[in-house]
Amino acid sequence: MTDVIVIGAGVIGCAVARELARFSLRVVVLEKARDVAEGATKSNSAIVHAGHDAPPDTHKARFNVMGNALFEALCRELDVPFRRNTSLVAAFSPADLHALEELKARGDKSGVPGLHIAKRSEVRALEPAIGREVCAALVAPTGAICCPYELTFRLAENAAANGVAFHFSCGVRTVAREDGGWRVETKEGRSFKARAVVNAAGLYADVLNNQVSAEKLTITPRRGEYLMIDKAYAGSFRATVFQVPTPMGKGILVTPTVDGTLMVGPTAENIADKTDTRTTAEGLAKIRQAASRLWNGFPVNGVIATFAGLRAHGDRGDFVIGEPPDAPGFFNAAAMDSPGLTAAPAVGAYLAEQIAGKLGAEKRSDFVAAPTHWPVFRSMSMEGRVAALALDPAHGHIVCRCENVSEAEIRASIRCRIGARTLDGVKRRTRAGMGRCQGGFCTTRILAILCEELGLAPEEVTKFGGGSHVLFSCGKELPLP
Amino acid sequence: MTDIDIVIIGGGPAGLAAAVAAREAGCDRLLLFERDEVLGGILPQCIHTGFGLHVFQEELTGPEYAQRFIDRVHALEIPVQCGTTVLDVTRDRVVTAVSPMCGLRQFRAKAIVLAMGCRERTRGALMIPGWRPAGVYTAGLAQRWVNREGWMPGRRVVILGSGDIGLIMARRMMFEGAKVLACVELMPYSSGLTRNVVQCLDDYDIPLMLSHTVTDIHGRERVEGVTVAQVDAQRMPVPGTEQRFDCDTLLLSVGLIPENELSKAAGVELAEATAGPVVDESLQTSVSGIFACGNVLHVHDLVDEVTRESAQAGRAAAAFARSAAGLPPPALRVRDGAGVRGVVPQAICAERVAEDVSLMFRPTAVFKDATAAVKIDRVEVARQRFRILTPGEMVKLTLPKGLFARFKGACELTVEVTE
Ligand SMILES: Cc1cc2nc3c(=O)[nH]c(=O)nc-3n(C[C@H](O)[C@H](O)[C@H](O)COP(=O)(O)OP(=O)(O)OC[C@H]3O[C@@H](n4cnc5c(N)ncnc54)[C@H](O)[C@@H]3O)c2cc1C
Ligand SMILES: Cc1cc2nc3c(=O)[nH]c(=O)nc-3n(C[C@H](O)[C@H](O)[C@H](O)COP(=O)(O)OP(=O)(O)OC[C@H]3O[C@@H](n4cnc5c(N)ncnc54)[C@H](O)[C@@H]3O)c2cc1C
Repeated sequence: MTDVIVIGAGVIGCAVARELARFSLRVVVLEKARDVAEGATKSNSAIVHAGHDAPPDTHKARFNVMGNALFEALCRELDVPFRRNTSLVAAFSPADLHALEELKARGDKSGVPGLHIAKRSEVRALEPAIGREVCAALVAPTGAICCPYELTFRLAENAAANGVAFHFSCGVRTVAREDGGWRVETKEGRSFKARAVVNAAGLYADVLNNQVSAEKLTITPRRGEYLMIDKAYAGSFRATVFQVPTPMGKGILVTPTVDGTLMVGPTAENIADKTDTRTTAEGLAKIRQAASRLWNGFPVNGVIATFAGLRAHGDRGDFVIGEPPDAPGFFNAAAMDSPGLTAAPAVGAYLAEQIAGKLGAEKRSDFVAAPTHWPVFRSMSMEGRVAALALDPAHGHIVCRCENVSEAEIRASIRCRIGARTLDGVKRRTRAGMGRCQGGFCTTRILAILCEELGLAPEEVTKFGGGSHVLFSCGKELPLP
Repeated sequence: MTDIDIVIIGGGPAGLAAAVAAREAGCDRLLLFERDEVLGGILPQCIHTGFGLHVFQEELTGPEYAQRFIDRVHALEIPVQCGTTVLDVTRDRVVTAVSPMCGLRQFRAKAIVLAMGCRERTRGALMIPGWRPAGVYTAGLAQRWVNREGWMPGRRVVILGSGDIGLIMARRMMFEGAKVLACVELMPYSSGLTRNVVQCLDDYDIPLMLSHTVTDIHGRERVEGVTVAQVDAQRMPVPGTEQRFDCDTLLLSVGLIPENELSKAAGVELAEATAGPVVDESLQTSVSGIFACGNVLHVHDLVDEVTRESAQAGRAAAAFARSAAGLPPPALRVRDGAGVRGVVPQAICAERVAEDVSLMFRPTAVFKDATAAVKIDRVEVARQRFRILTPGEMVKLTLPKGLFARFKGACELTVEVTE
């Protein structure tokens, strides 16, 4: 019997788990994938929204504004890249201009600081590469960007350092009431018991909610596709540039990332299959079209990757947060579509307070908020590099040439508490393989290091767990197919 | 900070030839950096034959070809540091390098030779829609796995793109016991050498599907198949022509891109057509004292040409390091005329031409019974006939150095191809 089971290790589950670790509670996180951040958390726009989109007095508006205010300090504490880069909502027509006024009024009401509407000339001065047809923009100085999977990994690592237990490849099949607490069973046949459960299962949060509550919930996957642009174009945009939102969401935007690359997307398409993260010819064409409107001189040849993520769009139009009235002790963090990433720090803190209150748990005095992290060669000064090399010569072995990631970092990313077990795991923790060659040069070495560190044979290494094996056993011994 | 005459960045055939030539031209203090643990660049994984026909009049494998230069480098006692990555190059020729053995070091060089080679274009750059499973690799990566690591990337393979690496890998995968279902090429012609199409596809009954592309990738975890469709003249897929191939691997051989991150850091001007530095006839870039050669300059088909070009860069760097005198800027601009793309060098200094000048370029399309002509300020100075020219094969026209004495003060040299 533990105190709390958190289902799902996306940014929400990890934020809740880390906040729960502040209390004297035994916390277990169950995640069906092989790693943290394998759901929506790894494929989104990475924007810490200012908070002017959602109608005031909704969970979305409240947790967005609160989350935005907490985000910078959290990222500093966990040493995660964060940049308050300002966001713009671009108007292309008089009708859009009217929409900007409405957004501003909403934002003002929700307490979004510093909103103002800028004229064409000011917009052009702020963002010289912005589309020629843009005639005005709503400027939100609190708009920011971050690295969502790095944040999630650090939240998990810090939670683990404070005693939270993580179990991967644990897909929860059923949650049921038992002796005043909850019995949680997984597809793999494992069984857990806890006094409280947090439902942070992303797209599948409806299934779990509907097992315990009569207040049914339906989550529809809403796909968003993206193009990633080479960091050779870093500096093209400082701010994030949105279009005027539609009923399907915030529309296609262009944004710099904290890594120096740029992203254009996402599309918004409701689909039936909760696993269908395919990109489509139509989607990619739509993005290119929108991009050339937003970005004067959009560099099609600069595309280095395409990807898609699924928003967990709930039928209530708002986040579903807290206990359903008929299931006390079962805490939802469900229907977390955008701005769920932004909201994560606030949702984490809010739910942890609620749960600790319910279970009568005290704050711990020995919580360690700042984790120790391995040195990141790419972002070190000359002196820092010399010092790091003196400690570990493996920093001098650059494995990923596009992002300058050293062997020491790759080994550290595997050896840490929530260590990488797959190629994608290494990639998201270190950026090795994320650059313009997309792993063409470094995959060989990373695969060999994974084998050395984990005692695997090369053909056992996967891209992201399951059947995503990179290699087959040696060809020569094979019968001809 | 250590002072040095020449730093050579990259230990592939380009860097090796430049080092040997610089030493033979009398340069004492030079240093070659290679980030891999071994010298040879891409060659150690090219275990097929076809190297050295021009330089050695022999058909060697890649490792054999590289070894001849590695032996020369050792015989000439040229200092080489493997496992060393160059992190930065500045305009005033300060080179920052890092290695596990020697840590972080800086060198102030009189001359620098850029010989960093190229990288492969990826799936992302092509924007192929579909799933993103394991099993989509660039052909060069697969080649390294099979030939150097002894790893097997797939059993049922489709190859997209008919670049040389893809063609070579089609045959290699057959040898290793895999089945290669097709080689799919967007253009109406192969982008690889004709000899590779014959020896690697035709000889093994692997269909070459010209004017086709991959429009979808299937399989959530590992590739389970690809959809291939015909394309029209605008290279857009033709609806209704889709066919599915059940395969576990898609190899991409869709182009090479010169690795010019360091060149950019040094402020070297790059040419759009080649994606490599703009150079003059001595292979000097727009930054004085920085030279470029091999695949970092423009993507070559034949290593023999890389060797020839790089030896010239090595000699020019040695001369520069010796005199350290600023040279007059090249006044004769080289222009791509009709039917021609990416002529290297892009400029010539008629006053100081030291060696015969090789003009290298690719035709923009397939030309039969073609004529390539060179004009300086509208005066035709060279003309050569070819039975066939294709974009997959680089063309070289050599102008004798004596020629340029007649054209001091000329402004423009144009290369054009007509049928
Ligand atoms: C295209 C797109 C763009 C977005 N842009 C932004 C943005 O710019 N800013 C912003 O603030 N928000 C944005 N969002 C929203 C944000 O990404 C999400 O709100 C956030 O990632 C949700 O985190 P999560 O932890 O709830 O979900 P997820 O990251 O999906 O995590 C849920 C986890 O639960 C696991 N799980 C599911 N079922 C089970 C089970 N039965 N047992 C065990 N584990 C299970 C999954 O494997 C997964 O790891 C965007 C979302 C998308 C898709
Ligand atoms: C699959 C394949 C088949 C081929 N077949 C033939 C053939 O049959 N016949 C033929 O004649 N030619 C062939 N070629 C062409 C020939 O191999 C190339 O043209 C040649 O290797 C290019 O030489 P290079 O030195 O410019 O580049 P590379 O061989 O790529 O060498 C560049 C070197 O620079 C190093 N480097 C890069 N950046 C740094 C840095 N920052 N610090 C330190 N080191 C760095 C790299 O590690 C690499 O070793 C083939 C090529 C390939 C890929």
